[in-house]
Amino acid sequence: MSVKVYVPRDSSALSLGAEGVARAIGAEAARRGDSVTIVRNGSRGMMWLEPLVEVETPSGRIGYGSIATADVASLFDAGFLEGKAHPKSIGKVDSHPYLARQERLCFARMGVIDPLSYDDYAALGGWRGLRNAIAMKRSDAVAAVTTSGLRGRGGAAFPTGIKWKTVLETAADQKYIVCNADEGDSGTFSDRMTMEGDPFVLIEGMAIAGVATGATKGYIYVRSEYPHAERGLLAAIAIANERGALGADVLGSGQRFDLEVRRGAGAYICGEETSLLESLEGKRGMVRYKPPVPAISGLFGKPTVVNNVITFASLPIIFDRGAEFYRDYGMGRSRGTLPIQLTGNIKHGGLVEKAFGIPLRELLYDYGGGSASGRPIRAVQVGGPLGAFLPESQFDTPLDYEAFASIGAMVGHGGIVVFDDTVDMAKMARYAMEFCAIESCGKCTPCRIGSTRGVETIDKIIAGRDVGADVAVLESLCDTMLHGSLCALGGMTPFPVLSALKHFPEDFGLDRDGLAVAA
Amino acid sequence: MDSESSRSVDDALTRLKSLPGGLLPILHAIQDELGYVPPDAVPTIAKALNLSRAEVHGVVSFYHHFRTEKPGRHVLEVCRAEACQSMGADKLAAQIRERLGVDFHETTADGNLTLQPVYCLGNCACAPSVMLDGEPHGRMTAERLEALIASVGASR
Repeated sequence: MSVKVYVPRDSSALSLGAEGVARAIGAEAARRGDSVTIVRNGSRGMMWLEPLVEVETPSGRIGYGSIATADVASLFDAGFLEGKAHPKSIGKVDSHPYLARQERLCFARMGVIDPLSYDDYAALGGWRGLRNAIAMKRSDAVAAVTTSGLRGRGGAAFPTGIKWKTVLETAADQKYIVCNADEGDSGTFSDRMTMEGDPFVLIEGMAIAGVATGATKGYIYVRSEYPHAERGLLAAIAIANERGALGADVLGSGQRFDLEVRRGAGAYICGEETSLLESLEGKRGMVRYKPPVPAISGLFGKPTVVNNVITFASLPIIFDRGAEFYRDYGMGRSRGTLPIQLTGNIKHGGLVEKAFGIPLRELLYDYGGGSASGRPIRAVQVGGPLGAFLPESQFDTPLDYEAFASIGAMVGHGGIVVFDDTVDMAKMARYAMEFCAIESCGKCTPCRIGSTRGVETIDKIIAGRDVGADVAVLESLCDTMLHGSLCALGGMTPFPVLSALKHFPEDFGLDRDGLAVAA
Repeated sequence: MDSESSRSVDDALTRLKSLPGGLLPILHAIQDELGYVPPDAVPTIAKALNLSRAEVHGVVSFYHHFRTEKPGRHVLEVCRAEACQSMGADKLAAQIRERLGVDFHETTADGNLTLQPVYCLGNCACAPSVMLDGEPHGRMTAERLEALIASVGASR
C-alpha cells in the first residue's frame, strides 16, 4: 500500500528547501522500491520546523521537522514511512503543543489537506457554509454576518455586516466583491498562507458575499510579491468553476458568481481600499476621498464589498456553524478568532489562531519561546509598519481592538514583529517615516511632504545637535500627519514614530522624562 | 523597440485591451514577457486603450514593480522591511551590495543580476528573506547568499 507523505508547498517551506526535499523523497522511495504518494499540503504554521515532512500512519500523522535534502536517506533508514523514531521526529503533529492549544476556525484545514483537492476541502466541512447562505434570504444572510460580530481583518476592524448591508440595500445593475489580498504589512503572511494552503476557503467566503449581497463578479487583488499564491488561486478558481462552486449557477442556486485574479504591482498603498479600487480600474493607486464609501460607489462606480482575505475566509465557518458559534469566541467587541503571525526575532515564529483576548506575553513566550537570538525582547511592533512599538511594560495587553486602541496601538492584520535588545529605536522610527515617503501616493500634503521632513528631522535628532528642539518639530509634524492625512498611511505613520519616542527616549538622546541629555 | 518586443506588446494588447481596467494586466503581460515595459511601448498602449501617453506613463511610473529598463538575466529582491530588519537584513543588504558591486536598482556590469529592494515577501517568520527570479529564500546568511548568487553564476 502506498504511504502518504506530506511536504508543504507553502512559500515559507519552499524558501527553506521544501521543493528539493519533496524531490529527494520521491527519488529515494523509487530507489528503495517503497511506494509513496507525496501530497503537497499547505503549512501547519510552525515555521521554525519548516520544511515539516509528515507521514500518515494508522496512529495519525507523524512529523519530522526542519528536514533538509541531506536528511532524507536517514529518514528512510529510520523507517519514517511507518512513523518510527528519528532525531528530527516531532511525534504526532496534531498533538504538538503549538497546535493543540490553538483555536483554528479559519485555519482548520491549513496544512492538513492538499490545497487543490476540492473533495478534501468538502470532506472537512467545505461548501456547507455557502449552501446554507444560498438557502437564506439575503437580508438574513447579511444579518448573520452582523450577529457574528465579524470585523474587517485587514486592519481597520470595520464591522463586516454593516458594509454588506449597505451594498445589499444600494440598488445597482452591477455589484462587486473585491478581495484585498495586497498583504503588504511586514510581519504578516496569513493571507498568503490562506491563498496557498486553503484557497477554497477564500473562494467560498467570496461566493457567500456574492450570494448575500447580489454581486455577480468578484476580484482578488493579489500582490506581485506572492507569485505562488497567485498560481494557487488561479488553479483553485479553475477547479471551483469546473465543479460548479463558481460560475453561472453557484452550487445549483441559479445565481452567478465569477472570480478573477488581478495582480498588484508593488505599491503598499494599494492595500488601502480606495487606492486598490483605482488600481483595479487600471489607474495609479491614488487614494480616493470618502464619501462616497465603496459600499455605495466603489469599483467602476458600483456598490462594492471590499474585504480582506481573512475576513472572507472567516465566513464559511460562520455560515456552517452559525453566527452565535463564532460570536462566542473572543472578548469585548472583538469577536471570533484572529490568525496571529509571530515573526521577526522570535524562536518559534509562525501562525497562531486564537480567540481575541490572548495577552501579548503569552504569544511571545508561551507560543513564541522568546527571541530567536536568545537575548531579551525589547520591543514588538504589532499591526504592521503603521502599528505602534510596544515595550515590555505593555506585554500584558490582551489582543483586542479596543484594548490596543486604548494604549495608542493597533491589532491591525495580526502581525507581530519581535525585536531583541540590539534594536535601535531611533533607526526604526526613521524607517517608519522613510517607508511612508517611499510608499506615499502623493495625494495629500501631510503624508507626501511630512514623511520626507520626518526622515530629515529624525536624522537631525540622531546627529544630536539640538535634540530638544528637533523632537518638538517631530512631534508637531506627527500631529499634522495624524490629523491631516487622507488615509491611514500618513495618518498612522506617527504611531510607530511617537511610540518609539515615548517608550524608548534613550535611543533618541533623551532621558526618561523626554528631556535632552546633555552631550 | 525591436520587432520581437513590438510583437509582445501587440499580443498583450490584443488579448487584454477589452478587459475592464485592463492597463495593469497589460503592463504585467509585457513585463512578464520582456522583463520590462519599454518606454517606446507607451504610445502604442495609450492608443489602444484610448488613454493619453501621460496617463499610461503615470501608471507605469507609479508602481515599484514596473521597470522601464531591461533588467539583468536574473533579478534578486532583498527584503528591507521590519521583520527582516529584526534579523539583520540591513547587514545582509550591505553584504550583497559589497559582493555584487552594485547598489539597489542597479545591474551587475556583466548584465547578469539586477538588485532590487522589496518591502515584505510574507516570509516574516523565516527572516531575513530574499527572492531570486520569483522564488523565495528564507533564513538567509552570508553563506547561503553566496551559494544563491553562485547558483546563477553572478560575478561583479
